[in-house]
Amino acid sequence: MLGLDQAQVDGFDGDTGLFGHLPELDSMAVAGLLTEIEDRLDIVIEDEDVDGEMLESYGGLLAFAEAKVVGG
Amino acid sequence: MYATWPCPLPDGTAGEEMVLGFDRRRKKRLLVVPPLFDEANKFRHQLVEIMRRLDASGIDCFLPDLPGCNESTAPAANQSIAQWQAATTAAAAHFGATHVFGVRSGGWLVPDALPGWIYAPVKPRQVLRGMLRARSLAAREAGRSESSDDLLARGRQDGVTLAGWELGADLVRELDERDFPPGSRAKAIEQAEVSGKPLWLRAENDHDPAQADALVAILLAGLGEE
Repeated sequence: MLGLDQAQVDGFDGDTGLFGHLPELDSMAVAGLLTEIEDRLDIVIEDEDVDGEMLESYGGLLAFAEAKVVGG
Repeated sequence: MYATWPCPLPDGTAGEEMVLGFDRRRKKRLLVVPPLFDEANKFRHQLVEIMRRLDASGIDCFLPDLPGCNESTAPAANQSIAQWQAATTAAAAHFGATHVFGVRSGGWLVPDALPGWIYAPVKPRQVLRGMLRARSLAAREAGRSESSDDLLARGRQDGVTLAGWELGADLVRELDERDFPPGSRAKAIEQAEVSGKPLWLRAENDHDPAQADALVAILLAGLGEE
């Protein structure tokens, strides 16, 4: 996704910065990313779910997605 | 390569739009319907790659501008899916298309009468949701609050500009309410059959020769069957 190098993605951990850290992630790309996550995981992400903490790091996004999938 | 075509206007007259075409009066003639909005830019280079390969393989192909899209000077805010469907149907007749190839949201517009393919089909509501979210996120970055629900309600009433695209109220309602499923003669091509990373998820416009080769192989296999 986003045309990031696999090597770069493989290096992602929970502290890897996303929004504001990766130049590839502008608001259109974030919107596309969240819509794709909804589609692939069959979840609905509400406006109020999207906050700085969730988008701040890869760990934040992963924790959010996992909670959504488990919580339904 | 570049020419114009007479595109029908809502008042019954014909306007003029641009078309990128490879026309050598061959038997197999493919109408290419590009994705709408942001993905139109993401795919433009790739579509040209695909068309060059088709041309080299003996297939005529045409990529017409739809009103309000690409180089068109028609006001974007006046367009609707219904009008774009009428435009692609008119383009198919004008170019004598024997087959159609719709990409992503372009699949909503393919004429039912033609056999063909829809690459990586997407739902209208999903596309609208992405655009609403982009505006909502951009507003938040700028310190304002605009909810997707409020933007949608406003858009359905008066039209709204989302991620730089002026959407009229008719178009917003169509995207919110309708599915525009393909006709029975269109086959879906999923990304898994093409392999590689989807171009529409990349942040910057890009192209991918290996994916173009794979897609053209699928199209040629189908075109050869008839």
